[in-house]
Amino acid sequence: MSDWNRIYPQLLDATGETLYMVGIAALLTVLLGIPLGVLLTVTAPAGLAPRPLLNRLLGLVVNLGRALPFIILLVLVAPVTRGIVGTTIGSTAAIVPLTIGAIPFLARLVETSLREVAGGKVEAALSMGARRRDVVRTVLLPEALPSLVAGVTVTVVALISYSAMAGAVGGGGLGDFAIRFGYQQFRTDITLATVVLLLVVVQALQWAGDRWARSLSHA
Amino acid sequence: MIELKDVRKVFPARGRAGEVVAVDGVSLSVERGEFAGVVGPSGSGKSTLVRLVNLLERPTSGSVTVDGRVLTELPADEVRKARRSIGMVFQHFELLDSRTAAGNVEHPLELAGVGRAERRSRATELLDLVGLGDRADARPAQLSGGQKQRVAIARALAVRPNVLLCDEATSALDQASTAGVLALLRRVRDELGLTVLLITHEMAVVKAVCDSAVLLDRGRVVDSGRLADVLTRERSPLSDALLPAPVADAGAGHGGALLRVTVTDRTPETVVLQTLIGKLGLAVEIAGGSVETVAGGRYGRLLLRVTGGVEGLDDAVQRLRADGVLVERVTAGVDR
Repeated sequence: MSDWNRIYPQLLDATGETLYMVGIAALLTVLLGIPLGVLLTVTAPAGLAPRPLLNRLLGLVVNLGRALPFIILLVLVAPVTRGIVGTTIGSTAAIVPLTIGAIPFLARLVETSLREVAGGKVEAALSMGARRRDVVRTVLLPEALPSLVAGVTVTVVALISYSAMAGAVGGGGLGDFAIRFGYQQFRTDITLATVVLLLVVVQALQWAGDRWARSLSHA
Repeated sequence: MIELKDVRKVFPARGRAGEVVAVDGVSLSVERGEFAGVVGPSGSGKSTLVRLVNLLERPTSGSVTVDGRVLTELPADEVRKARRSIGMVFQHFELLDSRTAAGNVEHPLELAGVGRAERRSRATELLDLVGLGDRADARPAQLSGGQKQRVAIARALAVRPNVLLCDEATSALDQASTAGVLALLRRVRDELGLTVLLITHEMAVVKAVCDSAVLLDRGRVVDSGRLADVLTRERSPLSDALLPAPVADAGAGHGGALLRVTVTDRTPETVVLQTLIGKLGLAVEIAGGSVETVAGGRYGRLLLRVTGGVEGLDDAVQRLRADGVLVERVTAGVDR
């Protein structure tokens, strides 16, 4: 175990890479996934602005994104990644497939959350002369906020899990670290240490997410 | 103030269910300042009807006029603005859990673009009006049903509407809260000069607050009128619903003749009995009935059994009718 001094800084780097990839991807996912979830909700046949065709199309794209195994998506979106980042290798490049993979995931969760807001509250806002965008802004999103926070938490945890595969495109991170230093060098202790570290990160995230969601809930 | 002309609402067929005619050619008109009720059994189309007034539901045909504006001819954007002058209160309150009581009252003001300071003071003023001035910071989850409905009423009044629509506003409340909310509705109508259209399945609610009522069944108007007029009609679906016909007691087989008398402030039971017993010398007993306060007046239906002097009965009936009393002979034991 004397080589821990050598390994430790690399573990630290790997943790930093994971946090970087997941952090930026989570931010982008929230920025794009929530609007997509709103769009899925309002264009539904019984929604605020029914657009059955658009809704079915969006549903199809979202399902496609969710059905594809992440490792396949990683390879499939390589041209897109090159277009945006300039390369397909490295942590920054891994953010693109991570974000593309997580957006449909979050969008569906957002859709479910928004659907659970009672139709009567929407009707009440419309009776006050609210525009559709007012309904989204002042009723749907605020009323669903605790549930949205829970959805974002689940998505970030899923992102951590996806990010373990980023090693396949040279993205580094904890998953990659566990494979290279633990699995491939028959160092079960390193694999185990990485898993424990991931578990701690996920636990902390989930705990913080739950607390936040609870503090927002007044129902 | 509210005028529906031959309004129909047909919901298109969905799946295996065929099309549903929820409202079938309804015309009704509510005067400025009137407290009007729409009653009917569930499934009679009441809730759809009230949503046609502010166009939450678009009528399939017919016209809707509120405050002189034909809403059914306005473009969507104008309809949206017109809704601001039509407040609405719902059975399940529909307050936002994410806002405080004051925040809920401010919501319509926000939508109307009213500034923060004015919203605050208006919310305080309205919560005081509904008796919840001390609960401004409470969340809906911390309020009782009756309190939630008061907040909802304050919210509906925030943008100073001249029409208030109430959709089963007391149906989710217990008796005490119902009485409180109805008294509040009546008071705001009086103080603010509102026109109120209230939907309910409970006759007691109509009797407690309404000036006029419309009886709806399967999407059609069965009967309507001002309560004071309806109650002095001898026979009408609405008067029968408001004042159930008395049933003769078990002594129906004891002979004698039965008279059904409608008593009002103008022709109270004392006058009727005075005429029958005092002036005509008949032997009369009360076989059934009730008298209650409706729309601020005393109304009732009594079933009288005349056991002595039956031969003079036709004369007595003539005499009562001449005095303006609603009276009819009933075949013994069978009323209706």
